[in-house]
Amino acid sequence: MNFDLTEERQMLQDTLRRYLSDKYDTETRNKIIDSEEGMSAEIWAELAELGVIGALFTEEQGGFGGFGFDVSTVFEELGRAGVVEPFLDTAVLGGGLIARLGDDSQKELFEEVIAGSLHLALAHGEPVSRYDLSYVESTAKANGDEIVLNGRKSVVVNAEAAGQLIVSARESGDAADQDGISLFLVPADTAGLTMRGYPLFAGGRAAEVTLDEVKIPASARLGEAGKGFAALSDVIAVADVALAAEALGAMDTAVELTRDYLTQRKQFGRPIGSFQALAHRYSDLLIEMEQARSAVINAAGHLETADAARQNASTRNLIGRVGRLVAEESIQMHGGIAMTKEYELAHIAKRIVMCDHRFGDIDYHLERFIELSAA
Amino acid sequence: MDLNYTEEEIAFRDEVRAFLDEKLPKELSDKVAARDHLGKEDMERWHAILNEKGWLAPNWPKKFGGAEWNAVQKHIFEEETARANAPRIVPFGLSMLAPVLQAFGSKEQQDYYLPRILNGEDWWCQGYSEPGAGSDLASLKTRAVRDGDHYIVNGQKTWTTLGQYANKIFCLVRTDPDVKQQEGISFLLIDMDTPGIEVRPIILLDGVHEVNEVFFDDVKVPVENLVGEENKGWTYAKYLLTHERTNIAGVGYSQAGLESVKRIARAERANGKPLIENPQFAARLANVEIDLMAMSTSNMRIISKAAAGQAPGVESSMLKVKGTIIRQEINDLARRAVGPYAMPFPSETVEGDNDPIGPDYAAPVSAAYFNNRKLSIFGGSNEIQRGIIAKVKMGG
Ligand SMILES: Cc1cc2nc3c(=O)[nH]c(=O)nc-3n(C[C@H](O)[C@H](O)[C@H](O)COP(=O)(O)OP(=O)(O)OC[C@H]3O[C@@H](n4cnc5c(N)ncnc54)[C@H](O)[C@@H]3O)c2cc1C
Ligand SMILES: Cc1cc2nc3c(=O)[nH]c(=O)nc-3n(C[C@H](O)[C@H](O)[C@H](O)COP(=O)(O)OP(=O)(O)OC[C@H]3O[C@@H](n4cnc5c(N)ncnc54)[C@H](O)[C@@H]3O)c2cc1C
Repeated sequence: MNFDLTEERQMLQDTLRRYLSDKYDTETRNKIIDSEEGMSAEIWAELAELGVIGALFTEEQGGFGGFGFDVSTVFEELGRAGVVEPFLDTAVLGGGLIARLGDDSQKELFEEVIAGSLHLALAHGEPVSRYDLSYVESTAKANGDEIVLNGRKSVVVNAEAAGQLIVSARESGDAADQDGISLFLVPADTAGLTMRGYPLFAGGRAAEVTLDEVKIPASARLGEAGKGFAALSDVIAVADVALAAEALGAMDTAVELTRDYLTQRKQFGRPIGSFQALAHRYSDLLIEMEQARSAVINAAGHLETADAARQNASTRNLIGRVGRLVAEESIQMHGGIAMTKEYELAHIAKRIVMCDHRFGDIDYHLERFIELSAA
Repeated sequence: MDLNYTEEEIAFRDEVRAFLDEKLPKELSDKVAARDHLGKEDMERWHAILNEKGWLAPNWPKKFGGAEWNAVQKHIFEEETARANAPRIVPFGLSMLAPVLQAFGSKEQQDYYLPRILNGEDWWCQGYSEPGAGSDLASLKTRAVRDGDHYIVNGQKTWTTLGQYANKIFCLVRTDPDVKQQEGISFLLIDMDTPGIEVRPIILLDGVHEVNEVFFDDVKVPVENLVGEENKGWTYAKYLLTHERTNIAGVGYSQAGLESVKRIARAERANGKPLIENPQFAARLANVEIDLMAMSTSNMRIISKAAAGQAPGVESSMLKVKGTIIRQEINDLARRAVGPYAMPFPSETVEGDNDPIGPDYAAPVSAAYFNNRKLSIFGGSNEIQRGIIAKVKMGG
């Protein structure tokens, strides 16, 4: 047994941590959040250059990592700095689907993703699908060499920046069937595809996407007709590891900020951390953080195994619970200062809590865990 | 023991309901229900409607123009207005400053300020907290030095809620730095238009301008704006804090919040069924509701005592802690209930775009969840309340 990072991953972690602490301070990041694009093209390019995207893919896929621990190493650092740039959307989800399903010509897009020159978005969730992965009402009808898409996609993160959207639509079956879901690469400027963009609570942007008689060639289909669900599940398993690791990094920052504040802030003539009412709760956070770190290791270490889904469900449930505790307790132990938008913890707490709204919250993952454990 | 309201209390409740039916403007209750931000005019409009009826100041004695209700009546009013989604009464002038003026102010101060609070001429804000003086309020440093018939005030207040609307601020200031902290504090009424005052906004984590920093640079305040005696301000402030702690349980808000979560959970679907039938979610909801039912009775027990003339002691600290925990849990459920639609930033604050993103009930829930973290921080943090409870009960 060995819980050390490999030398390569350690280097990646060090490089990322150094870069982000130099280049991504609170003020810079808050300006990025308030900007029209909701992200920084410069930061994106530089992080791509440092290998953030390549590390998320195997050599076979065209990267230099791609294992669970590569994903967790990268996302923990992104989380630590509260990074809002859409690495999950463009790389893990978008790039992940093309890498798994793309034919030779589609894979040319993948090279642009690795290089940092193309953004992608996964347009899968729908207004009533909640966290149900197989719920797709949007339709795809073949018409000769053409496919016609209709439907609505909700909270499509990074949609406005994406050159291509990966759209899920049903070619057969009922709305909740796993069978019958196909994936399509749709250029953002295709006629009939419209979006209404908006900022997200924890930074970044998303859009409500409407597909109204969107016509694309049959060659835009990613993978086999009606067989998109398996690949979707695969990339979302990677996303689960990424989200859990991102939350862990952010939680680490929250707990560190809390420690600093408890030792520096004085009331009643002494550091507030000297009040046992706070000291014990700070200790509880540290105890729970060890649980959280182990949970992320469990998920990352099992990503390539048959037990991945159950491990992910367990990890995301635990991270969701501890995340809420860390976010709320950190704010409480800071008092008023943590309620202000400019303060680092405010953003970090939002990142932590919002991780619980992507691809399932703690209740969803608990149900999944029960189901998979019984199986 | 009788858990029901008396006949008179029921009659009073019906009177309140009838009044709300008739007089609460739908635009206002819609805004409150949707948790839209109320502008100054909205709050002033509701105040004026209540004032016309003589109900704007439930806890003021009749001789000052109040309703002089007992604790049960006040509770009924609070519960009914919360349930009807009426805007809440802005407390600073009406329920924080006025009781102090009524108890300790001069006749001139009472005659001048109290009517102006009722008719909306003055909007007061509370200048207690400072960057270095939060829970440890008595360590405040804003200095007032007597100079002839004026005080010269220098220093800084912070977290001043709705100070951007206020034309007046009541402040705790240090008038004697050489005695025990609590014994050198005075209570001053200050005009926000006085030269030397600067108000700077603080944007909270939900993006809203709700609080401010207020800076004082050689601000001249007439001596007649001192309330009561010099260096007795701490006594008045503590008196005010006990008034700040009425309706501290927020039962009405929790009930309204719980109803709204149920509405959301009936509309949302999880695994093909209404979310309200989802075992995990239903259990969470039931747990809060059970807590709220018990707390509502605790609240009534304490209110009955108060109505019988017994001053509430540590019970109000207990209600503050439990009440805020329940309200925050309800906010968490609402956020959880809307699923991925908790992620968008509320469109209202996005310029010129007022259509909701996703279901209309989703827009305010994340902002409410984060904003209401304040409930356990202000008005005496929950840690401070717990300290008070233990100290009183253990005779420390
Ligand atoms: C089943 C059992 C087996 C044991 N076996 C051993 C053994 O093998 N060897 C041995 O040496 N001892 C043993 N002990 C004794 C044990 O170490 C003591 O019970 C323990 O140190 C607590 O001391 P106390 O019982 O006097 O309680 P106290 O120290 O009086 O504590 C009473 C309460 O106050 C709390 N408290 C005390 N100080 C603080 C503080 N500074 N801050 C916050 N809270 C505080 C405690 O947590 C506890 O809740 C055993 C005890 C039990 C019950
Ligand atoms: C949204 C908002 C609106 C507000 N509006 C107003 C207003 O209108 N006017 C006004 O004057 N003030 C206002 N306040 C200020 C509020 O009263 C203070 O935030 C509060 O008193 C806590 O002070 P602090 O924020 O400085 O935290 P601190 O006092 O620094 O507390 C930090 C942490 O330490 C804990 N702590 C402190 N002392 C102890 C102790 N002895 N034992 C255990 N734990 C302790 C606290 O509970 C908290 O968890 C507002 C605050 C907020 C957030």
